[in-house]
Amino acid sequence: MSQPVSTNLIAIRPRLADRGATSAVAIVDVATRFVGGFFEWFGNIGIFFWQVVRAAVTPPYEWRELIRQLDEVGSKSLPLVALAGAAVGVVISLEARYSLSRFGAKSLFPSTLVYSVIQVMGPIITGLVVSGRVGAGIGAELASMKVTEQIDAIEASAINPYRLLAATRILACILMMPLLTIAADVSGLLTGWFAQSMVEPLSFHQFMESGFNGATFNAFLPPTFKTMVYGLIIGLIACFQGMRTSGGAEGVGRAATNSVVLGSLFLMLADVVLVKLILVVFP
Amino acid sequence: MSVVRDIPKKQIEIEQDGGAPVVALDRVSKSFGEFTVLNDISLQVNPGQTLGVLGRSGTGKSVLLRLIIGLIQPDSGSVCVFGQNLAGQSLDQLSEVRKKMGFLFQHAALYDSLTVGENVAFPLQHHRGEMSKSERSDRVHDLLVEVGLEADGSKMPSDISGGMQKRVALARALALEPEILLLDEPTAGLDPISSGEIDELILKLQRERQMASIVVTHDLFSAKTISNRLALLDRGNVVIEGTFEDLQQSDIPFVRRFLTHS
Repeated sequence: MSQPVSTNLIAIRPRLADRGATSAVAIVDVATRFVGGFFEWFGNIGIFFWQVVRAAVTPPYEWRELIRQLDEVGSKSLPLVALAGAAVGVVISLEARYSLSRFGAKSLFPSTLVYSVIQVMGPIITGLVVSGRVGAGIGAELASMKVTEQIDAIEASAINPYRLLAATRILACILMMPLLTIAADVSGLLTGWFAQSMVEPLSFHQFMESGFNGATFNAFLPPTFKTMVYGLIIGLIACFQGMRTSGGAEGVGRAATNSVVLGSLFLMLADVVLVKLILVVFP
Repeated sequence: MSVVRDIPKKQIEIEQDGGAPVVALDRVSKSFGEFTVLNDISLQVNPGQTLGVLGRSGTGKSVLLRLIIGLIQPDSGSVCVFGQNLAGQSLDQLSEVRKKMGFLFQHAALYDSLTVGENVAFPLQHHRGEMSKSERSDRVHDLLVEVGLEADGSKMPSDISGGMQKRVALARALALEPEILLLDEPTAGLDPISSGEIDELILKLQRERQMASIVVTHDLFSAKTISNRLALLDRGNVVIEGTFEDLQQSDIPFVRRFLTHS
């Protein structure tokens, strides 16, 4: 009985070794493809960005489409951004009042709310909301145009699609982000004050005076205007994903999803860099 | 004169009767991955001439049109339009050539967020800035009259039939008064009556405007009706190029089989 078993073991051992080698090769292959794909993606988006910049700075300028996109990105995102800002204001108000009371620092509530909303939460919440609404919209719209040959038709009509479709959308995102952030900030401060005054009456004038006491423009302008970088990221990734898609309805879905996921991810990574940069440049 | 040949690989010579060719493909090859779509083909179209490109599905007929309008680049060989080689040109340089060309896509490719009228006005808005609003709307109306859709200008593309969509796409392709018209399967998927109407429309335009056209189709009857020369493609090669009579008289097995089954 023992003879066949040991023979089998000897026979199995090299097969396991082969399988191990094959697995290692497969892992290396997958890793190589992942790294290659990663750098290829960055290379392609770099080329895409260069084409958009070149198209954007040379005439003819697509003013009509830019105005349409400003409305699409700005006015139509305003209710959602204001609502998100309002929710953030209430949450910070509730959390801050509780925490500050525990440390006997209730008088710091207005400035805590003002700084939290304007410097931290307003910009990032606006970025994430716009990435979700506008990023998905641009990604899906352009991908749908791509798979139905509408982008080819634009090109065949002697119109530069980078100028008409991408530059206008990216520029609209860049220009509207600071304005939407201000809307989110205002909304957050109003609801934060309102939530506080429900518990402990405080006039709006007192709240504002105490909240902005000693504040300078340097404390508020950089966090607001850094959202222009968010706009660039959201617009660029969505246009890139949309205009290079393939594969019918599945491709459209993939472009929309990737626009939101990658846009949000790079937006948060950019926030880390920008916060550090702002602290260095505006100490 | 019969110009039957197996695989044309000779250098393009300018035909004396029609002047310089408006479109000239010289030894053009194009592959996608390992699949060779066009293999060293040479074709030319002279002013006022209509070339019908026939062949089975997947033989590179649409790729040929996309090469001519510069939507894709050849792997080797040259594509010249009005004597200008399209290789290495920027998008804005290509646009100057494309303004003289009209392209009818196989699936119409109408802008689905614009009305029929806005679709036709789209190239005019971008390239005829000097036109006033009323001049532009008159021009759109004239184009819609030409394709028999003057009552449908305010409809959305999704609200009209496939045949009507093709007509709108044709009106859009004609908006800039092109010198070359590229038609990709103009009658594909249409009933015989709509196909006949599209053919009549193309013939009428050819008579009135004297423009060069390249018509890609696998509808032999349509090709015979609207083309004065035909090229039959198979596996990326031009099997035969000539008149319909040349094709009928050919003893090339593939040509015989194609004619028998059409």
